Amino acid sequence: MLKITDLYASVAGNHILKGLNLSVNAGEVHAVMGPNGSGKSTFSKVIAGHPQYTVDNGKVELEINGQMTDITPMTPDARAREGFFLAFQYPVEIPGVPTSEFLRASYNAVCRHHGLEEMDPIDFDGFIRAKMKILQMDDKYIDRAVNVDFSGGEKKRNEILQMAVLNPRMAILDETDSGLDVDSMKIVAHGVNTLRTKRNAMIVITHYQRLLNYIKPDIVHILYDGRIIKTGGPDLALEVENKGYDWLIK
Amino acid sequence: MAEDDDKQKKSPAAAPDAYKYGFVTDVETDTAPKGLNEGIITFISDKKGEPVFMRQRRLEAFHHWRGMKEPHWANFHYDPIDYQDIRYYSAPRKKGGLSSMEEVDQEVVKTFEKLGIPLGEQKRLAGVAVDAVFDSVSVGTTHQKDLEKLGIIFCPISEAVRTHPHLIEKYLGSVVPYTDNFFAALNAAVFTDGSFCYIPPGVRCPMELSTYFRINAKDTGQFERTLIIADKGSYVSYLEGCTAPVRDENQLHAAVVELIALDNAEIKYSTVQNWYAGDKNGKGGIYNFVTKRGKCAGHHAKISWTQVEAGSAITWKYPSCILMGDHTVGEFYSVALTNNCMAADTGTKMIHIGKNTRSTIISKGISSDRSHNSYRGLVKIMPGARNARNFSQCDSMLVGNNCSANTFPDIQVHNNSSTVEHEATTSRISAEQIFYLQSRGLNKEEAVALVINGFCKEVFKTLPLEFAVEAVRLLEMKLENSVG
Repeated sequence: MLKITDLYASVAGNHILKGLNLSVNAGEVHAVMGPNGSGKSTFSKVIAGHPQYTVDNGKVELEINGQMTDITPMTPDARAREGFFLAFQYPVEIPGVPTSEFLRASYNAVCRHHGLEEMDPIDFDGFIRAKMKILQMDDKYIDRAVNVDFSGGEKKRNEILQMAVLNPRMAILDETDSGLDVDSMKIVAHGVNTLRTKRNAMIVITHYQRLLNYIKPDIVHILYDGRIIKTGGPDLALEVENKGYDWLIK
Repeated sequence: MAEDDDKQKKSPAAAPDAYKYGFVTDVETDTAPKGLNEGIITFISDKKGEPVFMRQRRLEAFHHWRGMKEPHWANFHYDPIDYQDIRYYSAPRKKGGLSSMEEVDQEVVKTFEKLGIPLGEQKRLAGVAVDAVFDSVSVGTTHQKDLEKLGIIFCPISEAVRTHPHLIEKYLGSVVPYTDNFFAALNAAVFTDGSFCYIPPGVRCPMELSTYFRINAKDTGQFERTLIIADKGSYVSYLEGCTAPVRDENQLHAAVVELIALDNAEIKYSTVQNWYAGDKNGKGGIYNFVTKRGKCAGHHAKISWTQVEAGSAITWKYPSCILMGDHTVGEFYSVALTNNCMAADTGTKMIHIGKNTRSTIISKGISSDRSHNSYRGLVKIMPGARNARNFSQCDSMLVGNNCSANTFPDIQVHNNSSTVEHEATTSRISAEQIFYLQSRGLNKEEAVALVINGFCKEVFKTLPLEFAVEAVRLLEMKLENSVG
């Protein structure tokens, strides 16, 4: 589904990713953990195509129409339309734009690209309300401006709602657990788990093991200084929880 | 004579900015020599076949103007205007009397078609009556016959001066007298064309009335004059659009618009201003000095201004409401966008005189590149305006780091039963917002449009639908290269 090969990337002249390799198959959930400053957020932004980050070497291949295709030359929106999704660590506010209008515009942009029929506001309303139920979101949500005056928990739920609407094949969740209390985290995790299928894949970026109690990963990677320094099973996350990162770095 | 040899092709200066209305029409013209004096005013008055009172007023205005000084309190600078270096009259040469479409120069008709304003009987826009003004003259008005059946007068103002002199004598200059300001005095002396509307008592105008202003000739100023009278219990929605060719020289546009709403009447006036704004380095563009004012003369009257200001090198414009009658309502909804080196100093004045008068001001300024965008507003509540209410909201959005946004609110309340509220915010369209929206599948243009649309929502929803769509597109186009 996603294959990252020898990826080097920088932002404002600072080299952050230094030869990152990672391969994700359909049906898998991977966790990426790492200490502060290891390059976790850069990793997610580079894969999503943030214009401020430069890919200096390597490639990022996404499965598009059954073919592994290098997406590094593609704009962020083209990646999104091909089934890539990033749940932001810090979702951005868009004043004056109702969430429903934004979501419908996104949904229809993806439909248009795939030659599918666009959804009118009435059908979309029914569609989105069903998704909101899964995340236990209040009906009023969708009339509010995108992320404006949302609490931290509401913002994170809104990210997962967008994921539910766009139904991506490959999603990265960037510290979706940060700023969530335990109850909200359970709801978000439940939402994410409902979206897991054999045909899609996810990478969960997190500092802490606790999210992984609710979203069970198949494979855990430790990111340090811009590359994966260790890969293992779910137990690796528990080990990190107990021992910290130091033993891996030395 | 017009000496343009650049025909209908865009000048090279247009290319980087993609101002799609920047072409010049090659047309034979009747043009006054450069300069301003009594002779020129008499020349204009003669050309228009005006009654004596009109000529007298023009001359009075001219003499008054000569004693006035150009105002310089606005928040921008511009090269001095040489009033003797401007042509005050330019018209496509008549082929016989200019009474029907067939006699209008086909080049002019084609020009308006290119601008999306078909004038021919078959092709005219349904639901919108258009008066098309080309430089100093109106070249055609559509749907006139249909409107006449309802007693609605919609014609070029130069025609109204001849055919309805009593209405003109009574109302022209009654809201904006020539003594009002320097540019209003200039306009009163040399105005050439514009639209006149009269809606009789109790009539709800069934279609949008609109005027499309086109500056074409070189070295020419455009001095439009519009007068709209809504008699008791009537309603009219009026639209105004403007474009001009790309030129390296600055051109002056000094308009006066007067609205009068009698008892229970309502006038809704919408503008999309897209004059040529100059190139990236601030060369060329229209100087837009405009006085727009409405008077709610009768009780329960309402005047609503909506403007989308997206063009002109300089905009100096304060569409205002005088709320004379009791229970009258004034509204001002504005989106002003400046990019490159443009400067806009715009806002409104709400003068509360009658009891229980209400006014609303929603102003959205968007500045990008090296432009300056200022909101300037006056809310004045007179002693007799018991229980008056005003709500003002002035929001600015900055795109990039080299632009500026300013707000100059002036609030004067002369009684203790009134309520005035003022809110202001400044925000920024950020690369992060665009990236966020792009990561959800929207392309960059769609992303910018969504953010701008959200920011301007309260104003756009007051525009007639097709106009709102057009306005969003216009802003999108202007900001295309400014974000990211």
